[in-house]
Amino acid sequence: MTSLSGSGVTASGERPATAHPHARQRSRSAIGVVIALIAVAGLCAAPFFVYPVFIMTVLCFALFATAFNLLLGYVGLLSFGHAAFFGGAAYFAAHAVKVWGFEPLSAILLAAAGAGVMGLLIGLLAIRRQGIYFAMVTLALSQMVFFIFLQAPFTHGEDGIQNVPRGHLLGLIDLNQPLNIYYFVLAIFLLGFFAVWRIVHSPFGHVLQAIRENENRAISLGYRVERYKLAAFVMSATIAGLAGAMKAIVLQIATLTDVAWQMSGEVVLMTLLGGMGTIFGPSVGAALVVTMQNYFATSNVPVTVIIGVIFVLCVLLFRRGIVGEAIRLMSRR
Amino acid sequence: MTMIFGIPLPALLGQLLIGFINGSFYALLSLGLAVIFGLLRVINFAHGAQYMLGAFAAYLLLAYTGIGFWPALVIAPLIVAAISALIERTMLSRLYDLDHLYGLLFTFGLALILEGSFRWYFGAAGQPYSGPQILAGGTNLGFMFLPNYRGFVVVASIVICLAVWLLIEKTRLGAYLRAATENPQLVQAFGVNVPLLLTLTYALGAGLAGLAGVLAAPVYQVSPLMGSNLIIIVFAVVVIGGMGSIGGAIITGYVLGILEGLTKVFYPEASNIVVFVIMAVVLMLRPAGLFGKEV
Repeated sequence: MTSLSGSGVTASGERPATAHPHARQRSRSAIGVVIALIAVAGLCAAPFFVYPVFIMTVLCFALFATAFNLLLGYVGLLSFGHAAFFGGAAYFAAHAVKVWGFEPLSAILLAAAGAGVMGLLIGLLAIRRQGIYFAMVTLALSQMVFFIFLQAPFTHGEDGIQNVPRGHLLGLIDLNQPLNIYYFVLAIFLLGFFAVWRIVHSPFGHVLQAIRENENRAISLGYRVERYKLAAFVMSATIAGLAGAMKAIVLQIATLTDVAWQMSGEVVLMTLLGGMGTIFGPSVGAALVVTMQNYFATSNVPVTVIIGVIFVLCVLLFRRGIVGEAIRLMSRR
Repeated sequence: MTMIFGIPLPALLGQLLIGFINGSFYALLSLGLAVIFGLLRVINFAHGAQYMLGAFAAYLLLAYTGIGFWPALVIAPLIVAAISALIERTMLSRLYDLDHLYGLLFTFGLALILEGSFRWYFGAAGQPYSGPQILAGGTNLGFMFLPNYRGFVVVASIVICLAVWLLIEKTRLGAYLRAATENPQLVQAFGVNVPLLLTLTYALGAGLAGLAGVLAAPVYQVSPLMGSNLIIIVFAVVVIGGMGSIGGAIITGYVLGILEGLTKVFYPEASNIVVFVIMAVVLMLRPAGLFGKEV
């Protein structure tokens, strides 16, 4: 029950449609590299044209969605509790910087490691159930994390940790300068994105996709499916934590919003809208959702309703997502 | 004053009653979830929103038409059931052939739309809704004071749970339903209208949520967000009980409500998370749930 029929298009695993599958595959990955280079060039130039904090927010959520997609798109596991790792790491990083006086990079890495440990604990429990139960278990456990953060003294309850200092990177580079922090965030984003890309295209990643396609067959081939799932869960949680910690430094705040179940829902939407099981999809979805939230935040229109409507439309009509549809159109040609 | 483990008896019984009432709602909601899941294989994320819808239907009936609690107890669930049946027919039924996760995601979107709209229109604050006059006040049981309405909620929820259990286990309609859960194709071949049965089942489950909402309206306030936090606890209840059995869902609901109430007495800090902790323990010891078989 874990295979997602809508995600049949993947970056590496699509069926060869013509007599020259390898040539087609090579040209496809060449297109991917070109798109990636253009995107990186665009991101390097972007702060000169667009408000940097906005792009940094998009980058944080794009990395979050990419980490989430590692699980949903490539292992077929729907975690409905990823906000626990994102928001948890935001709290850890904010606390480390503000109270312990950590340098920003080490605070972010520490927070990501903390999210990884949380991922190990939650993952150990969650992988004991499959399919739809997995979603409910992760949701319930993340709600428990929410209540723990609500009551833990260091999180300051409803106020959250505010006015988190950005500090100096490695004690040298002043991150209060907009361009400095922008390129710092971009570097971490690219690192995290590349890590997910590497995982997906490694032999390990191919086993994950085999589990998604047919778990029983993977078991009978001798793979210890539980271990693979757990490893993927921890990796996804760690990278989601990286994104959350970065968000705490960028927006200088860590609040309960980051750990609430609505946040878990949002990352599902970003991935679904952009295209699950595609490398670029989650980033596209994150950019769209963040833009939309910014756009409607000042208007009278309730954002929750719009997010709900997009959810329903995606599920009913548009299950491949934007990038998934684009890939399908390209490979049809 | 009688003390048990250093806690005054009335305080203990008071929390026990609150736990019992919460448990009544857990039981009603997890029952509806189990009924829907049993046949449709859909986790109805909109269950909390449908519960909220029931409460608001009762509130709006009173505010705009003057229809009071007792008629609303019948009309509001029917409204929720009718709306849900329409949604099932037009949208949800298209997703049955796909992975079950899409049903979850669809109903999640639905919940966001419903809660977002009500929040936009009514604000996040709760609206008071008064229960029936006849159940105002309370009864002194000698060892504790029991508000009449709360006593009524406990009794009513037990009666409703039993009625649904009897409907599913003992009637002809229930037999069709259980048969269709086992093998829909075969039941269809015998001439039973399975798509209609699916619609009715979804309407029944949603109607139960609406009924719980009406019952909850005088106890808690009527607010757009009343269902969203509850539904996550109910999910945990369902994971603990396992969705294989209707009776299991009901019993687990009551037991967890009472355990939560007891936690409020002995270790209040943990009362928010006790259900989730129990879920974690059950997952470690009996992954399929207490009454469940892995689906």
